[in-house]
Amino acid sequence: MSKPQEIVPVEKSDLVGIVAELFAEGYRLVQIGCTTLPEAYELTYSFDREYRFRNLRFAVTKGEEVPSISVIYPNAFLYENEIHDLFGVVITHIAVDYRGTLYRTAVGTPFSIDNVKLTEAPKQKAAVPEEKPSAVPGEQTG
Amino acid sequence: MGWFRRSPWVLHYNATSCNGCDIELIASLTPLYDLERFGIMNTGNPKHADILAVTGSVNEKSRQVVQTLYDQMPNPKVVVAVGICATSGCVFQDCYNVLGGVDKVLPVDVYIPGCAARPEAIIDGVLKACDILEEKYAQWKKMRRQ
Amino acid sequence: MAHRNIIPFGPQHPVLPEPIHFDLVTEDERIIDAIPSISYVHRGLERLIEKRDFLDFVHVADRICGLCSFMHSLGYCQAVEEIMGIEVPERALYLRSIWAELSRVHSHLFWLGVAADAFGFESLFMQALRLREPVLDIFEETTGARVILGVCKIGGVRRDIDDDSLKGIVIRLANLKAALEELGNVFINDYSVRHRLSGVGFISRDDAYALGCVGPMARASGLEIDMRKLGYAAYKYLDVEPAVETAGDCYARCLVRVREIFHSIDLVRQAAGKIPPGPIDVKVTGAPDGEYYSRVEQPRGEVIHYVKGNGAKFLQRFRVRVPTFSNIPAMIKVLKGAEVADVPNIILTLDPCISCTER
Repeated sequence: MSKPQEIVPVEKSDLVGIVAELFAEGYRLVQIGCTTLPEAYELTYSFDREYRFRNLRFAVTKGEEVPSISVIYPNAFLYENEIHDLFGVVITHIAVDYRGTLYRTAVGTPFSIDNVKLTEAPKQKAAVPEEKPSAVPGEQTG
Repeated sequence: MGWFRRSPWVLHYNATSCNGCDIELIASLTPLYDLERFGIMNTGNPKHADILAVTGSVNEKSRQVVQTLYDQMPNPKVVVAVGICATSGCVFQDCYNVLGGVDKVLPVDVYIPGCAARPEAIIDGVLKACDILEEKYAQWKKMRRQ
Repeated sequence: MAHRNIIPFGPQHPVLPEPIHFDLVTEDERIIDAIPSISYVHRGLERLIEKRDFLDFVHVADRICGLCSFMHSLGYCQAVEEIMGIEVPERALYLRSIWAELSRVHSHLFWLGVAADAFGFESLFMQALRLREPVLDIFEETTGARVILGVCKIGGVRRDIDDDSLKGIVIRLANLKAALEELGNVFINDYSVRHRLSGVGFISRDDAYALGCVGPMARASGLEIDMRKLGYAAYKYLDVEPAVETAGDCYARCLVRVREIFHSIDLVRQAAGKIPPGPIDVKVTGAPDGEYYSRVEQPRGEVIHYVKGNGAKFLQRFRVRVPTFSNIPAMIKVLKGAEVADVPNIILTLDPCISCTER
């Protein structure tokens, strides 16, 4: 087991400042991820410089606005649009704002709190009836 | 008798496939498997195509594209569902954005099983599609004579 | 002032094996803006974790993408193994590296073929795909499948390759190498290939870095970004040397991939020489409780698999960020200022893999 990864909790209001600092230090934006929690969304910004992997993390509640970092990292616009479309997190001032048309899904904001069913921790079997895919084709022997 | 046997052209569209079937479809057109020996060619233009090979299940956005491609093809035409995703949805059938097999949108004539469909299976399926195409052509001709 | 037109490109297009759509804003023959539109292949498989437990989910991870199928299952398994603290046997690590490198060879050969098709060199396309078949034969013999391998599992791999077969694989790859050199020679030296690719789709080193390029796209612009340097699987025991070019155009990206094919064959040879005997898997008990970002170098670049669990059989969150997603901003940047006729070339030399991009 390797060492735990560097995940730094930050305040939402500090985000743009810290990201600008990281940009000045020569980090590249690896990804922006979002995780649905029972009551909130957790945003994670990952950066990398010479294989050093750093993450910034903060939580937002439903309907809370998040500032865009696409002014600093132009490539952030895709991630931010994705988070907006799939999670329904409001991100303001995205450089290229698709306004919800990047992903056109059958269900609106499929990853939002209302849609995602999180399993209860721990060791409790989920209530969802377990469907075994009947012999996945293309996969020989177990 | 059967001028379609000579050279039906195949239009390939990836509806929500994972690429596995697409690369096998392309592999079946290349030297080792060589679907082209039957005169079957891959085309990019729906207006030239006789056979529509769809890989992957259909989702919200690709259903319109599949429908448009089908409408643009001249009659008679045959639809081939390549791979298990195009048939039923495979592991993805529970996904929120997957409608299911291609038959939810288009009338499918040939189903090719496999994940990913093997080139041999694809060749067999496309040749079956050629037979169906010929039948359809005969019917269509009869209808026009009347 | 020239008249502005918007040319739609895709989703169904003769050179595109996969659906992606661009609105190209053109002024005469020159593109001044490109607006991508995706989600033609969006399935929403990240939410399948609600329906499949973490052991079953390997099969879904395998099917994120057909071309880099093995790398996806590898990345997912690695993430879960890191969370659960599973020590994977060394033999399994080596086998994973061997399959991963073979995947890279077949993916790059496929790409070379499709790229040749895009600039209208059809015989080269056929040759590249002909030479790809021996690699698929190796997959079929060792795993039972041609593209979706389904051989990686949490705690190890499902199948072993015995030592004689390994030797056979190395010999077959060495034989293949001679034919590949001839093929590579065409890509490197042929006049028409150079004419179509040199100087087209240039991106500078700084732009590539700022726009988050990964994989061959970054390496063709002189950035040495290669996740194999992190030493996952058996790469810590092998000499990994990223192929780096500095020109930053389509031709350089082509060169990088040609060089990587040979390097991958060499890595398979190294791994086959060093592989230790032993078991190929360990028993897995319990469920993941924690989170991990696993980073793996795919044929197209760095892929991130994020897994979060809370001790239940069903995961809390699975996210995959694939290299093409990261390369799209650079693709837009490169398209601006290009000629309409070069668009297929430029898009293909980035090696877009849309089905993983949209999941």
